[in-house]
Amino acid sequence: VSTQAISDVVFIFISASEAGTSQHNIYIKTAQICGCERKGDMAESNVKVLGTWASPFVMRVKIALHLKSVRYEDVEEDLLAPKSELLLKSNPVYKKIPVFFHAHNPICESLIILQYIDEVWTTSASSILPSDPYERSQSRFWAAYVDDKFFPALRRLLIGATEEDKKAALAEVVEGTVVLEGAFGELSKGKAFFGGDNIGFVDIALGSLLGWIEVIGKQCETKLVSEAKTPRLVQWADCFSAHEAVKDVLPDVDKLADFGLKLRAKILKALAPTN
Amino acid sequence: MSDEIILLDFWSSPFAMRVRIALAEKGIEYEAREEDLSNKSSLLLKMNPVHKQIPVLIHKGRPVCESLIIVQYIDEVWSHKSPLLPSHPYHRANARFWADFVDKKIYPTGKLVWGATGEVQEAAKKELIESMKVLEGELGDKPYFGGESFGFTDVALIPFYTWFYSLETCGDFSIIANCPNLVAWAKRCMQRESVSKSLPDQYKVYCFLMELKKKFEAK
Repeated sequence: VSTQAISDVVFIFISASEAGTSQHNIYIKTAQICGCERKGDMAESNVKVLGTWASPFVMRVKIALHLKSVRYEDVEEDLLAPKSELLLKSNPVYKKIPVFFHAHNPICESLIILQYIDEVWTTSASSILPSDPYERSQSRFWAAYVDDKFFPALRRLLIGATEEDKKAALAEVVEGTVVLEGAFGELSKGKAFFGGDNIGFVDIALGSLLGWIEVIGKQCETKLVSEAKTPRLVQWADCFSAHEAVKDVLPDVDKLADFGLKLRAKILKALAPTN
Repeated sequence: MSDEIILLDFWSSPFAMRVRIALAEKGIEYEAREEDLSNKSSLLLKMNPVHKQIPVLIHKGRPVCESLIIVQYIDEVWSHKSPLLPSHPYHRANARFWADFVDKKIYPTGKLVWGATGEVQEAAKKELIESMKVLEGELGDKPYFGGESFGFTDVALIPFYTWFYSLETCGDFSIIANCPNLVAWAKRCMQRESVSKSLPDQYKVYCFLMELKKKFEAK
């Protein structure tokens, strides 16, 4: 075994440790390189995400963990199948994904999980919420806007049964993008992200919806985030999607579109009145 | 320095009550300005253009909106006294989760119990009792949701106490029969001056809500 191979391995582990937290251990795997199979993955055994590739709320959690260089176990829940035992047990109140596990403690609600991750993994250079209380309140306000106003309108556009429903929802979504364009101006202070130089709480909250925004837009034959009305958001969307912590998390749009049709059918069936 | 902090307020708003309680817990002096919600002030519209709602906390000329966000802001700025959020991240997440549950499951459903009629009201009543029992489960044997000390979740929920008379009268059910521990918790909170001075009388709130209900029905 060459000394180069050994130093490569040591380099990888040291970099991961510097980038991440005190919980990363430095494994000197000389023995393994020499003979045995490589040990499995380096995921912290006590960090787990129960979710699905298609859920923007789950994407938020993964982006945050990538930002903090925290390795985790990814447990996939099938949204088209009945809910798993693990889900029902770990989130008995809402029975929804994502559920984040840290040292066997479950934490629910994506924005709450994000704040938890930010508060636990503090040694990383990437802070998700700003440190100033006023700026924190602004970040929380806009993330809440995404969840309480923007996302429900987007959802109504996805599942809108009649032309009238869709038209009303579309107007609301477009209005929402204009409001968010204004918020971007206010929060970014001329930088690339809502969080400034790096992605933050609002970037993650809104950016996680980009895949669905594109899918739903294609279905309506409209660009929901348009150059005409929201030029800064268009640019931001490109920067966000290309970010190291994000690019492997955002799903393939065609795959998502296909899933969207199946999910829409399932939701409409559940909402339909029974005879 | 009381003109440094202004609260755009409304006497019967449970969300405004949360902010009043948090400010009182911290011993902060402020100017409360009562809004006429049928004729919103230009200050309100300027400070909260997105939602146009109270409460709004104006601190050094800058607005903070959304009651739970305001309470967290107050807790972070005046961090040296009466902390409302616990220090451990897991307990903080838990406190936020339950405050969020109150926002999602308690107030909107409660509104339908005093505000709606017929099937809608009946369904809301069942859901509300269920949600209140879930909260009781979370409270358990603890004096407060936060444990030994009055905290974030307590602040989020206690204004709901002002609706008890309205809920029981309109919904025709007994809260104490269904959730005795929650009633005991509410009375415990009311022994705190920050709470008792921030919450209006239940009957006064009932009269106000019934006026509102007439307006909804007219529309």
